[in-house]
Amino acid sequence: MEAVQLLVSGLANGCVYGLIALGFVLIYKATEAVNFAQGDFMMLGAFVTLGLTNAEYLHLPFWLAAPLSIAIMAALGYLLDLVILRHLFGQNQTAVVILTIALGFVIRFFAGAIWGHEPQTLESPLALGDVHLAGVVLGLADVAIIVVTVLLTWSLYQFFQRTKLGLAMQAASQNQMAAYFMGIPVRRVHGMIWGLSGATAAVAGILFASKGAIDPNAGLLGIKAFAAAVIGGFGSLPGALAGGLIVGVIEPFAARYLAAGYSQIAPYVLLLAVLVFRPHGLFSQVRTKKV
Amino acid sequence: MRIQFKTSYDHDIRLFPDRHSLIVYGALIVLALALPLLINEFYIGEVTNVLIWAIAGLGLMLLTGQTGQASLGHAAFLAIGCYTNTIMIEQGMPFVLAFPLAGVLTGIVGAIIAIPALRLHGIYLAIATIALSILADDIIVLLEPWTGGVSGKFPDVIRLFGIEIERWTMPVRFYYLVLTVAVICTLFYRNLLRSPLGRAFAAVRDSEVSATAMGVHIARTKAMAFGLSCMITGWAGALMGYYAGAFNNETFSLVISITLLMMIVIGGLGSIHGAFFGAVVVAFLPQGLSILKDGVLGGGVAIPGLETGVFGMILILFILFEPMGIYGRWLKIRIWFELFPFARKDMFRRQKSYLKTERLR
Repeated sequence: MEAVQLLVSGLANGCVYGLIALGFVLIYKATEAVNFAQGDFMMLGAFVTLGLTNAEYLHLPFWLAAPLSIAIMAALGYLLDLVILRHLFGQNQTAVVILTIALGFVIRFFAGAIWGHEPQTLESPLALGDVHLAGVVLGLADVAIIVVTVLLTWSLYQFFQRTKLGLAMQAASQNQMAAYFMGIPVRRVHGMIWGLSGATAAVAGILFASKGAIDPNAGLLGIKAFAAAVIGGFGSLPGALAGGLIVGVIEPFAARYLAAGYSQIAPYVLLLAVLVFRPHGLFSQVRTKKV
Repeated sequence: MRIQFKTSYDHDIRLFPDRHSLIVYGALIVLALALPLLINEFYIGEVTNVLIWAIAGLGLMLLTGQTGQASLGHAAFLAIGCYTNTIMIEQGMPFVLAFPLAGVLTGIVGAIIAIPALRLHGIYLAIATIALSILADDIIVLLEPWTGGVSGKFPDVIRLFGIEIERWTMPVRFYYLVLTVAVICTLFYRNLLRSPLGRAFAAVRDSEVSATAMGVHIARTKAMAFGLSCMITGWAGALMGYYAGAFNNETFSLVISITLLMMIVIGGLGSIHGAFFGAVVVAFLPQGLSILKDGVLGGGVAIPGLETGVFGMILILFILFEPMGIYGRWLKIRIWFELFPFARKDMFRRQKSYLKTERLR
């Protein structure tokens, strides 16, 4: 029974990693860049919701504040692309990596300056109540996380596979020049994908903040989400979710059954092992280029 | 306006391009040697700090700037250098032997780690090295019998040929030690770039496909780059240990790795000058900010996270407007003066390039 409980709570945690990883994968899939600030995006999304909902700030009802903050984060993502990332168009990957790391610093600084550095809790209806299911106790927030994550992953997957815009995004990532000549507005597509990943980050942030306290350093969770994205295979949406779940499940089990020092390193050891044996992740999409 | 006439291949790979730069660098060395006469001991400590960061920057620059491999795990190698040096000296090895060996050992570890990492490039390497940086923290705690774990270690006073060197009581002697290491590392770096290996590094950075076509063994070159880079980083780590006076598992955190990478970007990727310029920024930014803050806010106001926030903003501006870093700006100003009436505005315009991935789906 204990193992089942560990498994279920691990899955709920893993879904948060999966949601952040989803943001990485979205951007990687469409722009071939990696947003190292995705974790900080999540933190910002949580704080925006908190600012709209909590009594000491704007005190809007949660169900109004949540979509509003998702919209705000989407707009912010689009704006970020418009103001900063568009100028890096076609530059090498390292520049984007370093830029997004710097962006994370800046976001953390502003969030700390606006909302303070103390951990705060989001006044969310999800924070109340537990669900009892065959002897396993699960918070309402955990259930919400699992449901929303699965739905979001599925709909994004469908979006990339079936819709015109999703296909345009993939085309834009594979060969910018060719996509441009085929009439795809590559720059605008990039802006949209940044907006989309901002919205995803906001969803992750709201769910994460419903589970517990949030502070400006919560963005460091993004590093675990990296492990998740890499284990699943960058560029694969179901892979991101699977990787998140694997990392999420390993953590509580390692904490329960391994010695104290070894449990924290378990996800990273797994990450290194995956990188060594299957560099492109378990759900790899990379095939060797023939020519 | 200076004109260099290159009549043979040797002219292209000279240590100093012409007599003018020989004089400039000679003067710089003389100035560095005379510095303790000019400024007081507090500032000597600060300059030492700059030099140590510059050595660490040179280490990472070799990997990122020359070979094009972004590493976010160099704090782990700083830690390896620092700990091996301290432990070997505790075991009774003399400093003359322990210090170089610490670097070499770090280099060997780096090359071994590089072997699996060679299959990764770009983003994957950056993420693998992030994991390395995080792991280092926990591994230091796990290896408590040797590393002292959370309580940390205190490096001994350096005894070099019967001369005692200590950072707090004799900052001038420590400064000369660091200066010597910095000059040796710089010369090593510069000479490496003139060697076939250094050219292979640049070839790998610019295009792996063309490098292979030219007969460069990619995997071996990358492993060498990793090893040599980690060697210099190991020395910097050992010096950082002495400079800090005490260190534990948290001294060499992921933040140090990130700072190091950002430092060489601000300084200017792929140039020796860049490592030094970046080190000046990193070392003096906290002081500069606190002076500015006192001027604006009247002092006494603590803003947590201000330093990293401002650092991030500076970095974003640099990547947007001056991807070559401070060195690039310096070069542009110099060339403007050298060409004076003939300098044109668009001389340094960036070439647009387009991305074409090797991912199929």
